[in-house]
Amino acid sequence: MTCREYRDLMMAFLDQELDGPQRKAFEDHIAGCRGCAEELAQFQQLKTLTDRVTLTEPEDRIWQQYWDNVYNRIERGLGWMLFSIAAILLILYGGFKAIETIVTDPAVGLFLKITLLALIAGVGVLFVSVARERLYFWKRERYKDVRR
Amino acid sequence: MNGVCENQVALEWTRAVDSREAFEAFVKTHMRQAYAVALGLVGNHEDALELSQEAFARAYQHRGTLNAHGKFFPWFYQILRNLCFSHLRKRQVRQAESLDADPECPIQVQARDGSDPEALAEQNETTARLWRAIGRLDEKHREVIILRHFQNLSYDQMAQLLFCNKGTVTSRLYYARQRLKELLDDEKGGQGV
Repeated sequence: MTCREYRDLMMAFLDQELDGPQRKAFEDHIAGCRGCAEELAQFQQLKTLTDRVTLTEPEDRIWQQYWDNVYNRIERGLGWMLFSIAAILLILYGGFKAIETIVTDPAVGLFLKITLLALIAGVGVLFVSVARERLYFWKRERYKDVRR
Repeated sequence: MNGVCENQVALEWTRAVDSREAFEAFVKTHMRQAYAVALGLVGNHEDALELSQEAFARAYQHRGTLNAHGKFFPWFYQILRNLCFSHLRKRQVRQAESLDADPECPIQVQARDGSDPEALAEQNETTARLWRAIGRLDEKHREVIILRHFQNLSYDQMAQLLFCNKGTVTSRLYYARQRLKELLDDEKGGQGV
């Protein structure tokens, strides 16, 4: 085995992830290779430093409130979903009623009615076009199933 | 993870979806680990709390995507890490703060050397230096350092969480530690770790 291959074992050696024969082979190599031994010593120094520290824990009251906060988020998420669906439906219904009122009102001029209908048709065409483009690219996305 | 058999975890999760109490118990079992991972990835307490709680809420909302025999923690971990990384990217875009701009260092020395103020100051400086260096690692390297050093996960457990093989874990750890060593050298002005 080359030094490069032994280097692959170095991390597993440091973290005590090697089995008996692998560990023995690695130790034999280190005994005769100054470069790898020096590199191992540096990594060991780093590991000693990282092993000495630990993440600080928050106060107990944080843990006591933790579940309540998660539950509030779940509840709020449901609330927002219902609110959004209802708001969209109301906006659509209100918009439809407003357009209907304007279009059927004899007092509103023909020019305004045609302009309004053209505006609605334009928004509709734009929406369909963007949706179709998105769908087209999504179907041809080669990496869509790759887990990131 | 932490010694909990995956079958038990799956069973726990299956029970959890059935009732609020079971899900509560489930969250309480895993909240410390979720928080610790988030803290390691994003670097400050408030964001770690927010993100870990949000990850549980999303896991609950998307529980239908976990199949009955699925392994819960790797599945949950994907939600948590995606939230953390997306948060970090937004933070980078805002450029309003960075890991090393966080005034509070969330790591401490396990056993402090008595009450000698000089030794204490040196220990604090060393931990702050280490934390700054970890914060400068890129996402993938920081992740393996956090999982290995602050979560004490084995290579097998890490491979399971990261959806890769043990070889990838080993090589990622090698480059992460090498980079960490360089960053610590830079911090100390080239005087070694």
